[in-house]
Amino acid sequence: MNIIEISGLTKRFDELTAVDNVSLSVEKGELFGLLGPNGAGKTTMINMLTTLLKPTSGTAEVAGYNIGTDSGGVRRNIGIVFQDPSLDLGLTGMENLEFHAMMYNIGSAERKERIHELLDIVGLSDKADTLVEYYSGGMKRRLEIARGLIHRPEVLFLDEPTLGLDAQTRRKIWDYIRTLNDEYSTTIILTTHYMEEADYLCERIAIIDNGNIAALDTPANLKNCLKGENVRLGVEDGHADLITEALVKMPWVVDIESEDGFVSLTITDGEENIPEIFRIAHSAGAGISSVNLHKPSLEDVFIHLTGSSIREEKGDRRSARRENRRRRMMR
Amino acid sequence: MIQFSAVYVLWMREMIKYVRAKSRVVGAVAMPAFMLTFLGLGFRRVEVPGLPGSIGYFQYLVPGIIGMTLLFTSSYSGMSVIMDRQFGFLKEVMVTPASRESIVLGMIAGGATTSIIQALLMMLLSVFIGFRLPAVHLILASMAVMFLITVIFISVGLILSSVMKDFHGFNTIINFIVFPLFLLSGALFPVANLPPVIQVFSYLDPLTYGVDALRGILIGLSEFSVAFDLSILVTVSVGMVVISSYFFRRSEAV
Repeated sequence: MNIIEISGLTKRFDELTAVDNVSLSVEKGELFGLLGPNGAGKTTMINMLTTLLKPTSGTAEVAGYNIGTDSGGVRRNIGIVFQDPSLDLGLTGMENLEFHAMMYNIGSAERKERIHELLDIVGLSDKADTLVEYYSGGMKRRLEIARGLIHRPEVLFLDEPTLGLDAQTRRKIWDYIRTLNDEYSTTIILTTHYMEEADYLCERIAIIDNGNIAALDTPANLKNCLKGENVRLGVEDGHADLITEALVKMPWVVDIESEDGFVSLTITDGEENIPEIFRIAHSAGAGISSVNLHKPSLEDVFIHLTGSSIREEKGDRRSARRENRRRRMMR
Repeated sequence: MIQFSAVYVLWMREMIKYVRAKSRVVGAVAMPAFMLTFLGLGFRRVEVPGLPGSIGYFQYLVPGIIGMTLLFTSSYSGMSVIMDRQFGFLKEVMVTPASRESIVLGMIAGGATTSIIQALLMMLLSVFIGFRLPAVHLILASMAVMFLITVIFISVGLILSSVMKDFHGFNTIINFIVFPLFLLSGALFPVANLPPVIQVFSYLDPLTYGVDALRGILIGLSEFSVAFDLSILVTVSVGMVVISSYFFRRSEAV
């Protein structure tokens, strides 16, 4: 059963087409990733799916409700953790959670129970009565995740859930996202521009660039589309052609190129075939001076598909300034 | 459809933040308090045309300054939605199943309560400078008028916040909308003393009827009958709630 069905979703802002005729479906219980650089259209897509933005054209169904005609139904069944903080800094962690639960009409006893359970899971029980203003970035993030879950949504949207967090906190949040998906069978849609995050967490990934889906598959299949692993051999002077000639006949060699003192190969089953390379080179009488095996990462897939590396977050200074202003004005 | 839990949440949020933000309470009362003190005492002996001798300028000024307090605090609280949008909290409210009408009502309820508290503080303060407090039932009646005034100007604030996306235009709004509304309303002097051309604008300003009603109730002097003032205030406030809900529904949270 598909819990999300997107067809021809498009959003244009004046000249810019942020999301361009995207269609895809997500199965119930899936942990689905939207991977792409900043500005690829991930957040715009999430905003449309969570009824915050109206699509220019196209439509989508979330949990069986149409985002345009039955936005109330969608809102009752989703939770979202936004990319930018959306907590009320002037309230305590507990108040933020309480108010959220009340918006969903969760009764008082039930509310208390769920809040305590969630605070425990995200490790904020002892900070519940502190103003959110004094929380660290990681604590805010965890509180927001807890908030997105109080009403037990069928679909949880996580927009860059670990953006700007330290490695340790990130790992914790990853584990928690997995637990959620396994134990509560919550369908999770996660956007990220971190390759390792998508690789580690997601069952399927849609690679998004310039508002389009460039590829959609499991992380393993995406990596397989590069057809092998890269081996770079350093060879002794004048031996490059010798080796190339000997290796090009092998069935596991997908591609081979030689240049001054180096031979680059794309081969399948790198670990098993590297000793084979040495054996063949030896019997051809060619000396190898160095070897380097590079297994394809999602990053390579991304470069292969979009022609450019993923762009790292720019404008950190701007977001820091905004954060400062936020603190001052919410007081 | 109105969900009372959502209205309650937004009202409660405003109350908690109001209690915590002591500087906001002081800041919002300071300006009208200075106006009242210095204008009230400075012009104490001036004979303002159109005022009966039995009522001094200070008595006349207090309801006007109460109206000013209501105007500024309520339009500011309506505009604070800009802040909620800028800081992301609005998104959080908008993805919940609460209907847009409940959200607007919740904001109005919160803003109205804090504005009325501010106005009552102002009234209390004026007693120390020499305002003769009327009977309790009249004070209660004046609170109904206060409520209508706040509903109107919170709605104005909400409309402005759906049009403005950030705080850059804030001072412009204060200078070109809020201040003129205050000066036209007859809070400081009888509207009848203004040139006829300007009087037209005064009678288009809903605060004129608000201040007039407050005067009628608190000091027993008004240009129109209180019933007439009330009918105008009720009509305008209902209309403004409808318009602001429409604007709020149309504006996007992100």
